Amino acid sequence: MSIEYIYPEFEVIRHPERCIGCRICEQQCANGVHSFDPKSGKMLADESKCVNCHRCVALCPVRALKIVKSDHTFRPNSNWPDSIIRQVYRQAGTGGVLLSSMGNPEPYPIYWDKLLINASQVTNPSIDPLREPMETRTFLGRKTPVIRRDSEGRLLPQKSPRLELSTPILFSAMSYGSISYNAHASLAAAAKELGICYNTGEGGLHKDFYVYGPNTIVQVASGRFGVHKEYLNAGAAVEIKIGQGAKPGIGGHLPGAKIVEDVSRTRMIPEGSDAISPAPHHDIYSIEDLHQLVFSLKEATGYTKPIIVKVAAVHNIAAIASGIARSGADIIAIDGFRGGTGAAPTRIRDTIGIPIELALAAVDQRLREEGIRGDVSIIAGGSIRSSADMVKAIALGADAVYIGTAALLALGCHLCRSCHAGRCNWGIATQRPDLVKRLDPETGRQRLVNLVQAWTLEIKEIMGGMGINSIEALRGNRLMLRGVGLTSRELSILGVKHAGE
Amino acid sequence: MQREGEIRIPSGCAVSGIFSKAGTPISGDTIIRSISVMHDRSNGLGGGFAGYGIYPEYKKYYAFHIFYDNSVSKQECEKFLERHFDIINLSKIPTRKHPKIMDEPLIWRYFVTPLPHKLSDSQLDEREFVARCVIRVNTQINGAYIFSSGKNMGVFKAVGFPEDVGEFYRLDEYSGYCWTAHGRYPTNTPGWWGGAHPFALLDFSIVHNGEISSYDANRRWVEMFGYTCNLQTDTEVITYIFDYLIRKQGLTLQEAASVVAAPFWDTIRRMPEKEQERLTYLRDVFSSLLITGPFSILLGFEGGLMALNDRLKLRSMVVAEKGDTFYVASEESAIRIIEPEVDRLWAPRGGEPVIVRLSSGTSV
Repeated sequence: MSIEYIYPEFEVIRHPERCIGCRICEQQCANGVHSFDPKSGKMLADESKCVNCHRCVALCPVRALKIVKSDHTFRPNSNWPDSIIRQVYRQAGTGGVLLSSMGNPEPYPIYWDKLLINASQVTNPSIDPLREPMETRTFLGRKTPVIRRDSEGRLLPQKSPRLELSTPILFSAMSYGSISYNAHASLAAAAKELGICYNTGEGGLHKDFYVYGPNTIVQVASGRFGVHKEYLNAGAAVEIKIGQGAKPGIGGHLPGAKIVEDVSRTRMIPEGSDAISPAPHHDIYSIEDLHQLVFSLKEATGYTKPIIVKVAAVHNIAAIASGIARSGADIIAIDGFRGGTGAAPTRIRDTIGIPIELALAAVDQRLREEGIRGDVSIIAGGSIRSSADMVKAIALGADAVYIGTAALLALGCHLCRSCHAGRCNWGIATQRPDLVKRLDPETGRQRLVNLVQAWTLEIKEIMGGMGINSIEALRGNRLMLRGVGLTSRELSILGVKHAGE
Repeated sequence: MQREGEIRIPSGCAVSGIFSKAGTPISGDTIIRSISVMHDRSNGLGGGFAGYGIYPEYKKYYAFHIFYDNSVSKQECEKFLERHFDIINLSKIPTRKHPKIMDEPLIWRYFVTPLPHKLSDSQLDEREFVARCVIRVNTQINGAYIFSSGKNMGVFKAVGFPEDVGEFYRLDEYSGYCWTAHGRYPTNTPGWWGGAHPFALLDFSIVHNGEISSYDANRRWVEMFGYTCNLQTDTEVITYIFDYLIRKQGLTLQEAASVVAAPFWDTIRRMPEKEQERLTYLRDVFSSLLITGPFSILLGFEGGLMALNDRLKLRSMVVAEKGDTFYVASEESAIRIIEPEVDRLWAPRGGEPVIVRLSSGTSV
């Protein structure tokens, strides 16, 4: 074997007495792991191709399969773990940039897991969500009161662009191209049923999905794929994507193989051509340029849609957010360094950006210190994994949260982190028709609806326990949080006390 | 042990209020009798009163009631006051020795009016100027605490049971068209007089029974507008919220009530369209000022009184009328003790403000 031979990371364990040779695993694996050997009449496995997506395991009718991590090892070395050695071999062999998908998997601190939530005891009552109203309706947009009255002194409500959500969850941006038509169909239909929004990502909006406009956020990214006036006016809000948590500071690259007919038409680029989003917006080299783009989009949409500016959480995020709040944007979306992606350079994904918990806390506090927190709403994303993360995000100061990875998990994603290969066996991150059809949009819609409803129920339970019966009374309510095992510095950035204080 | 303001202390309480729409002076003794019936609702760690119409001879001037820890803080604060205000009169607030009221600070009263050139230099309206001066003293001058700052009204409070506090301050010697009273049941012993209630800014005073669960959301929002919550009490933040909504934003009392104790979305949905739009607007732009958790509050202001419960009515509160006089208390007994034969008595619904004002043409 050559010096760069890499022993497969996973082993396919097949129970020989259970396997009936039905060859379903072979049909299901787009990576070509399984094959049938006519001579021996047995199933074989080429484990070097296995990404551990569980498709074969889940569909094996006799439960004959499992995938285990190989115990093959290099000589143990704390400084040179297996993963790093393998990456060096791969780069020495190819000369290329390492690519990865989904969010940063490295063992950095997860602050959500070091925050605990309060509940009422004795001095005030908890509220039973089964017996009392428990409100999660959320409005996103500028909240700067203007009190005008008619000649008889009656209040005249001032109309300003709004996004109304039945519960403070939105599906985050995932473009058509990076994910499949059926995945988009599931997200759009679920958003409509739930009274929330999904986000087109930067790939334009397929003509079939214009009907979901009131539940759609249309994105304008640096590549401007599929952006035209009708598109901008089709959604409930327009999002300018400056950056994304998985790859702050760099653009995107959707390989030509994924630019199939429909994707090509939606993106308004030739079939088979690579879709390359530049690293910056070439009309935004500074904050005053952002101001102009915000107002260009407001002009294009007649000042009827809120404008979201999405940025990755980077070191100077508080000052950046302050600049965005003063640029005329109505909503800031902050994406933490755990945020997912369909493809990103591994080094970028794993080492750039900061945790959303710290970024969110710093931004919320800074905007309040400057007295401009009411100028914008804040959406936090990357990564919100459960209703508890969400409650903590809102208590730190978010108005709502974006969920991407959790939504994909609901659709069947098994987090094999191989989206960039385009062979998603679950029909999500692929454009191969035979794979796409594996995701039934109706099933997908139902599972997304279930997930969001389940989280909303849990949020209501948690809020009720705190004696809070409306979500806005939780927003920025940091006294409802306590830290465990955090340093004074971390606590001070998060603006929470330590447990026991 | 940390002092009030350094730590957040939940407390239960009793409230009581009396208001003469005709402007008839009511002796402070009456409100003491009312609150004393609810002795068991407080635990001796705080009591206080607010009286309106009690300084008719000085009604053009802001009456500052100030606690001082010592003569150094008094000197420093008086220097500040002299730089910003014309001091018309100053004196110790008269008290009588009381066996149950101990550790009193220095308690002084000043009738003041802003120095005209200071006021015009500040480019603020008079009330904003005064409010900022009060907040500045309370935030920056160590050991000085202005606990009352309205015109023709005053707050009297201390650590102790409310009836003892009333006797200590000789409230039987004052009379006014409106009184509110508070007995406190804190879950800690701060031992600081400033932590007792009512809490007041300008002519707004609040007595409150409850523990709000929205506290930090409310505090962090209202602090954007020049307020500093030094005490970390519900009453303090509620006072600032009403001051912000009514004085700074120009909302009516009714509108302010529908911000802090907003109707549920389900209720709003059943209303006429115009009303839906109005309430949706208020809930949306002032969403961070929604107060959740139990509260019953009495908001006193110049010429009026508002009683308001949280929207689930998680705290008891009853109101009554007899002729031109309006009564409100945590318990009916506190009303019956001073007026056994009321014309009408009812428990207002959660979130439904009861607002009374001096009859038009009444001067006090």
